[in-house]
Order: sequence, then C-alpha cells, then structure tokens
Amino acid sequence: MTLLNLCVQFFKTGLFAVGGGLATLPFLYEISDRFGWFSHSDIADMIAISESTPGAIGINISTYAGYMTAGIPGGILATISLAAPSVIIILIIAQFLRNFRDNKHVQNAFYGLRPASIAMISAAGINVVLIALINIPAFKTSGNPNDLFIWRGIILALLLFIAMRKVKLHPVVYIALSAVVGILFHFGGV
Amino acid sequence: MLPLLEEDLVNRKQWISKEELLDYFAIGQCTPGIIALNVSTFIGNKRKGIIGGIVGTAGFLTGPILVILIIAMFLTNFADLAIVKNAFAGIRVCVCVLILQAVLKLWKNSIVDRTTLILYLVIFLLAVFGKQLPFAIPTAFLVIISGVFGVVFGKEGGKGS
Repeated sequence: MTLLNLCVQFFKTGLFAVGGGLATLPFLYEISDRFGWFSHSDIADMIAISESTPGAIGINISTYAGYMTAGIPGGILATISLAAPSVIIILIIAQFLRNFRDNKHVQNAFYGLRPASIAMISAAGINVVLIALINIPAFKTSGNPNDLFIWRGIILALLLFIAMRKVKLHPVVYIALSAVVGILFHFGGV
Repeated sequence: MLPLLEEDLVNRKQWISKEELLDYFAIGQCTPGIIALNVSTFIGNKRKGIIGGIVGTAGFLTGPILVILIIAMFLTNFADLAIVKNAFAGIRVCVCVLILQAVLKLWKNSIVDRTTLILYLVIFLLAVFGKQLPFAIPTAFLVIISGVFGVVFGKEGGKGS
C-alpha cells in the first residue's frame, strides 16, 4: 500500500510542481509532515546530493525520497510517477504546439504561478534554516537567546554567500567545502 | 543544460532545429514538471510519435535513477558514522545558501510589480505558518489559486482585448 501511495504522492508532485526542480520542495515537506517517510533533515541532504550529481534536481530528489521510503522499487516508482504527468501533458500539447505558448491565459497564469513558486521555495529554505542555523529546542530548554542561533553555521553561511557572489563555481564545490568544514569543526556535534 | 542539448541534438544528430529546441524549452517552462524532462518528451515525440516520447523520457530518466540509487544505498549504510553526520551538518548550511541564491536568481523575472510582491508574501506566510492553522491548506491548492489569480489579474497579452 505504501508503494501505491508513494506513486499517488509523487504523481501529484509532478502535476503541480511548476517551475523547475526546486518547486518539488514544498510537496516533499508536505509528504514528510503527512506520512513521515523521511525527515526534514533527509530533505536537506537530498537537495545537497541532487545538486552534486548530474541530472535534474527534481528527478534526483524523487529517486532519493522513493528509495528512503521503499527501497529500490520505491526509488524507481517515485521517479516514474513524478515524470508521468508531464509526459502526458507534453504529448497532448505537442499536437498544437505554438498555440499553447502564445495563449494569453497561459502567459497570465504564470504571472501568478512564478511568485507563488518562489514563495514556496523560500518557505522550503526556512525549513532548512530551522535545521542548520537555528536551534529552537535548545532555546526552549535553556531559555538563553544565545542558544537559539547556531553561530558557526551562520558564519559559514555568510562566508559561502559572499564566496558564491564573488566566484561562480559549480555548487558541488561549495557543498564539498562545507562538508570538510562540517567534519573539521564537528558541526554534527559528534 | 541548453548548450549541452544544442550541441548534441541540433549540431551533431540534427534531430531538431535550434528554433524547435528553444520552443520546447519555452513550453517546458510553462508546463508542470522538470523542463529538461519535458524537452526529452518533445523530441522523442517528434521523432517517433507517442511511443518515441515515452521511450525518450525513459532514457533520460535511467542514468540519474541509477546514480542516485547507488548514492542512496551507500549513504543509508554509513549515515550513523560521526564523520558522515558532521559532513552533512556542514552541507545543510550550504543548502540554505544555495536555496537563497536560487530565490534571488528567480526573483527578478517573477516579482515584477506590487501585485506579484503581495502574492509572494501571502503564499510565503501561508507556506511557513500554514501548519499553525486549524485546517491544513494543501500545497497543490496554493498552486491552483495562484494560477487562477494570474489568469484574472495578469496583464500579459490582455492589453487591447
């Protein structure tokens, strides 16, 4: 039953995630909250792995999430389910190509869809910040505002932000650097 | 992705023209799903009809599925090692910054006036604090109302009609 539900959830994600790979994120958080197949930390790790490997990020994320949920069959089924709606839609659109793109209603829909898409990606970003840069549980236990912020993480984030502005390198370089910093400074606390 | 496809499909294999490739990309952006995936369906469909579209997409998916499955299998076995935990704690910091960069890049073409800024803020707040509401708002519903909002309030092509 999990496999069937997995297919349904990823089909839905493929159908409604408009605007590139990161648009799948809000749906992944929704799946995580509703079914608990993977945690918010897992999603952050999936993003890093997808950015470090070839292939489109949305596809990689669905394979990884599917594998976390139900092993190899899960990985394959989740990816196929994610791709299925767009394949069906494109095969239909291919019959009347140009009319679709020039249709003013389609153009107008994107006037609303684009801001919504990045709003939801921003919200997904907040979810990662809540894991990597802010520690609400520690603050609740100690009541010390200083415990709310994970300072070394924030410093690393600032340095990375400046570095990405100055030099445009492939994301995998920054991810690898962060991994090394994480190991050297025991970011995981172990 | 675009230069890679152009070199391979337009120049080398000559399966499609450059104009067709740009068309496919533009339409891929206006339809659900991943753009590169949509392009592979289009090209397969053009060469061999519906079967071609499905087979082309399947081919496009196979490589990434294999790569990610291998990585996922490796990671689930080593996830409890201290070194892997520390590495991923560092990597998550990087992911925050990568998402911020992606948002900044998309911002210019998406938040074009006050209406789109307000829509951004409303959807952002709903997505962040939606869990606190007494009723859950499905993400798909947010996508649908934003599309409808765009059709009603969008100005593209609406001029003079």
